[in-house]
Amino acid sequence: MAMPELAMDSRHATMVRGPCVHDERAARLAHPLPIRVMHWIGAASVICMMLSGWAIYNASPSLPLTFPRWMTLGGWLAGGIAWHISVMWILFADGIAYLLYGFSTGHFRQDIRPPGPRAVIRDLVAALTGRLSHRMGHYNAVQRLLYAGVIVVICLAVATGLSIWKPVQLGWLTDLFGGYQVARFIHLAAMICIALFIIVHLVLVMIFPRTLVAMVAGAPAEPNDGVR
Amino acid sequence: MTRPDTPRVKPAVTADEIRPELIRLGRRGMLARGLSLGALALLTGCDLSTHSGVDAALWTMLRFNDRVQAALFSRTRLAQTYPISAVTNPFRFNAYYADWQVRETPADWHLDVSGLIADKAPWTIDKMRALPQRAQVTRHICIEGWSQIEQWSGVPLHVFLQRVGADLKGRYVSFKSFDGYSTSVDVPSALHPQTILALNFLGRPLTSEWGAPVRLRIPTKLGFKSAKKYQRNFRHQHLSRRLLGRPGLQLVFRVVMHVCSIQSERQVTTCRRHLSDYRHI
Repeated sequence: MAMPELAMDSRHATMVRGPCVHDERAARLAHPLPIRVMHWIGAASVICMMLSGWAIYNASPSLPLTFPRWMTLGGWLAGGIAWHISVMWILFADGIAYLLYGFSTGHFRQDIRPPGPRAVIRDLVAALTGRLSHRMGHYNAVQRLLYAGVIVVICLAVATGLSIWKPVQLGWLTDLFGGYQVARFIHLAAMICIALFIIVHLVLVMIFPRTLVAMVAGAPAEPNDGVR
Repeated sequence: MTRPDTPRVKPAVTADEIRPELIRLGRRGMLARGLSLGALALLTGCDLSTHSGVDAALWTMLRFNDRVQAALFSRTRLAQTYPISAVTNPFRFNAYYADWQVRETPADWHLDVSGLIADKAPWTIDKMRALPQRAQVTRHICIEGWSQIEQWSGVPLHVFLQRVGADLKGRYVSFKSFDGYSTSVDVPSALHPQTILALNFLGRPLTSEWGAPVRLRIPTKLGFKSAKKYQRNFRHQHLSRRLLGRPGLQLVFRVVMHVCSIQSERQVTTCRRHLSDYRHI
């Protein structure tokens, strides 16, 4: 669940150019320890959920494609399910912890909350033309949008997953999503969105490898001096 | 999933057949050999049978999961029902064999009951039809993920169990089909009002492909608890459940209900079955 944190963290995002930007940066880490721990637990969980989910998907594919067996976790349907409903709890616990942390410390409000569409478009254009600077510990508008989006989508994947896991006992949840079949489809769509996010995320980490170091070992946040 | 090339699968292993192995192996050994075979091969390139630590961890989680599932289960919460017009058509044939291999009901068919039961007299279809009947249109959800709407009617299992004087302090009810399939359910699930011994499909007596003469239908569980079977290639197929004596319907008291052997095909069947023991949905 803490997946979105891989690249950067901030108490003051790029968009917020307040007067105190220069005051606190010295001691602050780009990613505090709880974020780093939750990020990696969440990352491993999401990967396991996807790989085991593909093993389950293969048993009754709803799209005209199946995943090669070597890409799946669990090896066969029951093995995939065993992984899926085991790791589910780890992801669930990690996600709850992250949400509590995010809301209680102001992490979501300060770092993740997406700015208006204008800022997103401006930063997206800047990013695509290579003019967007990247300062560790500060999130630009595109990052905020992606991270907020993937947090919501992972929550959606968990909720739809619960609804197709217990369509009778949690029937109200299944109904909320429009019934079993629709919930299953949303679950699949959420997986695809998460997979696309991971691809973009990993590409960006490869472009800025120092963000990986910051997420593993911790590194001080960089000054947020505006566009360089 | 009906496949014309469905290989002939051995009859399901019986509990008696593998009980000694079960006792010997226990759950962990079973999982180590059976559960996550191809899984970590991706990550480790190793034979998973040596990674008992991973499998033990999975088993721990599965046991936790079982407790959660049992806690979530409510005897009074009913599966959603649908109008008769919602029944899936064409209806999907499910068996662990192809439709041309469907077993016909033996001429001398009867239902035997055994275990913690007062009245062990065998049952005929006519006798079962004389009991109170219940019809329901519910969604059959397969462990594979697909689903379809079905209409079944027959004797509620709780009515039947009370009628035969079953000791409901028992924990499990096990079933054996004359075509080799067997399964078991916990007593709370067996007593659920929507759990029925179905005699009719769409208002007509069951035909062989739908499980004649009688099949179990449990809408609060995944489909294979109602009737299904797996084949060697790990593609399971549904089975039209037929219940026949020896020992037929049995209440098993304080016994580990799932069974497993070290033979691969059997593992598939029995490990799946284990995964499903509390597979309330």
